[in-house]
Amino acid sequence: MTDRTVAIVIGAGHNGLVCATSLARAGMQVLCVEAGDVAGGMAAQHELAGGYRVPALAHVAYPVSAALRRELGLDKYGYAPGPSADTIMLDEQGRHLVLGSSGVSGPGLAASDETAYPAFRQQYLRYARILGKLFDNKPPALRSMPFTEKAALAGLGLKLRFGLGRTAMYEFLRVAGMNIFDVLNDVFTDDRLKAGIALDAVMGSAMGPRTPGTVLTWLQRLNGALNGPLSVQSGTQETLLPALVQAAEGAGVELRLNARVERILIENGCAAGVVLQDGQTIAAGLVVSGVDPRETFSRLVGARHLDAMFAHRVTQIRGKGVVAKLHLALSGQPGFSGLSDSQLGNRLVVAPSMRYMERAFNSSKYGECPEQPVLEITVPSWHNPSLAPANHHVMSVNVACIPCDLEGGWAGQREALARRVISLLGRYAPNLESLIVDHELLTPQDIEQRYGAVHGHWHHGELSMHQSFMLRPLHGASRYDTPVAGLFLCSAGCHPGGGLTGLPGRNAARRIIERRTAP
Amino acid sequence: MKIDPDHFRHALSRTPFHDRLAALSLAEEWMAWNTYKVARVIDSVPSEYFAARSACAVMDLTPMEKYRVRGTGARQFLDRLVTRDLSKLRAGRVTYVIWCNDDGKILDDGTLFQLGEDDYRLCSQHHQLDWLLISAADFDVQIDVETHDVAALAVQGPTSCKVLAAAGVEDLPRLKPFDVAALRCGDMPLTVSRTGYTGDLGYELWMDPQHAMAVWDAIFAVRGSYDVRPMGLSALEMLRIEAGFIMPGFDFNTAEATIRDGYDRSPYEAGLGWVVALDKGHFTGQSALRAEHAQPPKRQLTKIVIEGNKPAGQAFVYTGKNGKLCGEVKCTTWSPILKANLALADIEFRNGRLPPDLWVRIDYQRELKWHTTWARCQARSKPFYQPEHRSATPPEHGL
Repeated sequence: MTDRTVAIVIGAGHNGLVCATSLARAGMQVLCVEAGDVAGGMAAQHELAGGYRVPALAHVAYPVSAALRRELGLDKYGYAPGPSADTIMLDEQGRHLVLGSSGVSGPGLAASDETAYPAFRQQYLRYARILGKLFDNKPPALRSMPFTEKAALAGLGLKLRFGLGRTAMYEFLRVAGMNIFDVLNDVFTDDRLKAGIALDAVMGSAMGPRTPGTVLTWLQRLNGALNGPLSVQSGTQETLLPALVQAAEGAGVELRLNARVERILIENGCAAGVVLQDGQTIAAGLVVSGVDPRETFSRLVGARHLDAMFAHRVTQIRGKGVVAKLHLALSGQPGFSGLSDSQLGNRLVVAPSMRYMERAFNSSKYGECPEQPVLEITVPSWHNPSLAPANHHVMSVNVACIPCDLEGGWAGQREALARRVISLLGRYAPNLESLIVDHELLTPQDIEQRYGAVHGHWHHGELSMHQSFMLRPLHGASRYDTPVAGLFLCSAGCHPGGGLTGLPGRNAARRIIERRTAP
Repeated sequence: MKIDPDHFRHALSRTPFHDRLAALSLAEEWMAWNTYKVARVIDSVPSEYFAARSACAVMDLTPMEKYRVRGTGARQFLDRLVTRDLSKLRAGRVTYVIWCNDDGKILDDGTLFQLGEDDYRLCSQHHQLDWLLISAADFDVQIDVETHDVAALAVQGPTSCKVLAAAGVEDLPRLKPFDVAALRCGDMPLTVSRTGYTGDLGYELWMDPQHAMAVWDAIFAVRGSYDVRPMGLSALEMLRIEAGFIMPGFDFNTAEATIRDGYDRSPYEAGLGWVVALDKGHFTGQSALRAEHAQPPKRQLTKIVIEGNKPAGQAFVYTGKNGKLCGEVKCTTWSPILKANLALADIEFRNGRLPPDLWVRIDYQRELKWHTTWARCQARSKPFYQPEHRSATPPEHGL
């Protein structure tokens, strides 16, 4: 045994890897245990039969922050943001609208919308930048706030007031709690454009454009755009995950795959290690869970080791997955009407209007699959041909507004949904159906099974206002530490939430290191 | 539970003993307790009080909240619920327990009866089902409300054992304090515990409501030979203060009902530190109580004897006559048996200690005119009244 602190990080998702690497770089002896046979969790790759590979869940992402790249030396391990991808709002008549980071274009777009869009985007990027100051650190303590946090909050207030200026500040305060539907209708006329923006506000959340708080979810998402443009995750060397794994190994993290944690060992109220499913016990004075906080507390720790009301509040964390994932193995390149070959590498979206999106969301609200779901499509093999056999392709489709607990259960319904989505895709890509070699549809329940995210929720808990900042994942565990001494959280269920940001993992590691010096 | 088809005709439910109590009631002073109509006074407070202190008093306990806790995880569930170390509790024994919220503030107190292996009954003053169910997650335990399915009588006083024996309750004298046993009264099954809220010798009888009248009648059938009197809640209030028992919800606000920050009380603040086992396994509120215990105490519900005989019901407590305000009286009684003015007072500590030279300022009326006086107080750590006969086994049947 060495006398270095032994830390166990549960789960080698991207946040788990970030946290493990940061702790190892701070001098700890870190073991990262992963239930799956590859690292990366929802950000990894998934293999279909016949030599096709697809992004596990996350198929588009913004670059991670420059700070994270610098701290973990990610660029040294080959990380570079992927090529910029536009968002193309598909139209059945081929009148597609292209939303880029600098502008919007497409047939039939009103000049007023075209000019309003860049200004609108700039304005919200400024808001996102201010909010981003809150994302870079643990949420403030409400009671007995230390001076540094007071100063940071005061600084934020000053930025809000003087950075934005009076008018923009009032506008920010006006819209921050609003729904994206009202905000977009005030500014734009084009249905495709509004749907394209609203998509980023609701994708992955059980929310429709009219749901309150969707401006906040959009700003949370837009924060990633400050690091660079969106890119399609194609699993080539330049993407995040291989770099994170190498950085972890480079920092001395021991990565153990196929090691599912059965429970967290608690001794005298303190985390003392983990017990693996195979019965092996690994002792450690520090346990960091990259698993969904609900799973962490309710199953890995167990309510009996927690105070009753805290354990009860854990069961009240909202977060039911609403996105299914369809993977298609294709014998050739799909052709979308009105889309050139060179445009196939972008993010393609089926969501003709916010009204369409809200209708789809309504179905999921009532436990039904929508007749016409919202689709987010990528063709990762367009970027990285090695994902499929020669001249073949893979397509990855996020199917939004799919209830996790489908009325009547999922038995027999998975195929029906897959058919429905494929037929909807066929309306935009007529040759698609004839190309399909194989398909796989993951319902939110399947996602839970495969990746452990409770109810298949990407973000380990809804990114609603009542589950953000010092309320994420819940009050009493919102600063990465928990009521169990020695147990910390580092998953997307923590502040500042989901997405391929690595921020929860980074903040958690900083908190752990800070707690070790001054509890 | 059988629902009385005429229940809607009464604002309050009637206990199975109601008709007998109503027939005996001279005072006609009724009050609500936990949706039941119960007697505040039946005859007169002094006669009821003295029955409990020198003979035998019988009180209807039916409205007490009763929960049955069963299952292989029952013991672990209870150990996580209450602050007390239950490791010595065994079947046939009863223990006094309190339970706290996450912040270590008292939700309620009660008596925990171990009726058999994996079989417990928890009695409390206030409704606790929500909290019990919230606390039950992760335990193999079943919780049933028995409040309305179990009729209960407190039979208290120095002659209570003799009275019950004469009434036909078998095998009673062997019960030690805090024992509970399944006994019979004639051909009726009864659960009897040697427990009570008076600090005297006494028993509590738990029975099927269908036997309630017959048990009552058997007890009151011995009236020719023994002085047995029904008792109301007013006399009980005097008895429990003499015995130094606290009443959550009256002496301090229970945590669930508290809105204002700092108005709830921890076990230490309520003077119940002796039922907190910080070093047992995890229980709700443990971390908060550990943190509190590491600090000097800020306040404590304290037993005080007030000089003189002026009723100090709503008095403030000061350190020094005309001195600095340091607390308030929460409940008070004139003790006829001790000839003393007793009170429980919530007193703020100074530097972790009870302030010296305690005084109360008493505002009182004489023929509707208000007067003010100051009275010195003496703090007590032991119960005010603890007769030796309360704990003897077998009890002296004396008197």
